[in-house]
Amino acid sequence: MGAQLRIYRRRMRSVKATKKITKAMELISASRIVKAQQKVAASSPYANELTRAVSAVASLSTTNHPLTTASANPKRAAVLIITADRGMAGAYSNAAIKEGDQLVALLKSRGLEVNTYLVGRKGINFYKFRNRKITASWSGFSDNPTYAHAREVSDALIAAFIADAQVDLNGVDELHIIYTQFKSMITQTPDAKRMLPLEVVESTGPAVILPMYEFEPNAGEVLNALLPRYIQARVFNAMLQSAASEHAARRRAMKSATDNADELIKSLTRLANAARQAEITQEISEIVGGADALASASAGSE
Amino acid sequence: MLKVEVVTPEKRVWSGEAKMVTARTLEGDLGVLPGHAPLLGVLADGTVSIKSTDGSVNDFIINGGFISVSNDRVSILGEAQVVTN
Repeated sequence: MGAQLRIYRRRMRSVKATKKITKAMELISASRIVKAQQKVAASSPYANELTRAVSAVASLSTTNHPLTTASANPKRAAVLIITADRGMAGAYSNAAIKEGDQLVALLKSRGLEVNTYLVGRKGINFYKFRNRKITASWSGFSDNPTYAHAREVSDALIAAFIADAQVDLNGVDELHIIYTQFKSMITQTPDAKRMLPLEVVESTGPAVILPMYEFEPNAGEVLNALLPRYIQARVFNAMLQSAASEHAARRRAMKSATDNADELIKSLTRLANAARQAEITQEISEIVGGADALASASAGSE
Repeated sequence: MLKVEVVTPEKRVWSGEAKMVTARTLEGDLGVLPGHAPLLGVLADGTVSIKSTDGSVNDFIINGGFISVSNDRVSILGEAQVVTN
């Protein structure tokens, strides 16, 4: 076998092996998107009820809760960025990080300091590599978050929010979250939301007139108990959506990788065939040439 | 008739129609019958029992939960629940 042909064959073998891997990852992601979407759907009754309850208390009572009142003189803001633990998902993590950078720039232009909280190894590595300060980080559950994870993260955020930002370096006056919204199988967009202080409580359904609730024991107590849960549910929802988006982004990236591998295999096959043909042609002309030479040599001796 | 839902952050645990719901709020035991005034209460850790229309009784152990009642719709929200029928 000619050297050229051997090289083509070797490259084809390696591309085929890569294609097997990307194809498998594509299929795995495709099946996990469905599961992740179901989880988002399963968590929505709780989130909707909480949202309803929070908007009821917030709009029907005049309680001034520290979690709902904006600081007159905000000093510091916390930004939670949700990224992936693993790569091979196209621009998924980078898009969230970039959205985060924009938000940080905006906050800094308002004269705020920014504390960064990160979820996902990709975000952590990005920040570590650039020597940026990370206030707290969590990893290892980006593709399958549970409520316990969301609670862990939001407890840290709520603690930071309750601490006094003027004296405590970890205290913050605002809480922002960056996650990737799962719009459909093909569209996922990074999104920045302000979680605290609460401003508009968005409800998923059409606007409903809330009944005049009685509160037990009283509006303040109810709000005290509701708000941390509300933040947890928001963080949990953001994590679930991000997980679904991560799978969708990975599926798309792996699909185009598989397609590219197919293309590459096709063109390598053509090149290998041409090389083999050239080799055969060369061999034939060598044999013919050799035979001619022999024939003319023996003709001369007669 | 009451439309009752028991939900946790991760899923809807139970939903259906019921004649009566009893729960323990921070202020004491509370019974909800059809026609109850709109209410939003914090639940003490404990049992919520739902008497369904077919006569069966479902008990749920709720930790860190809420009850919300409006227009004969009752929602029980809890962080962790175990059915103890």
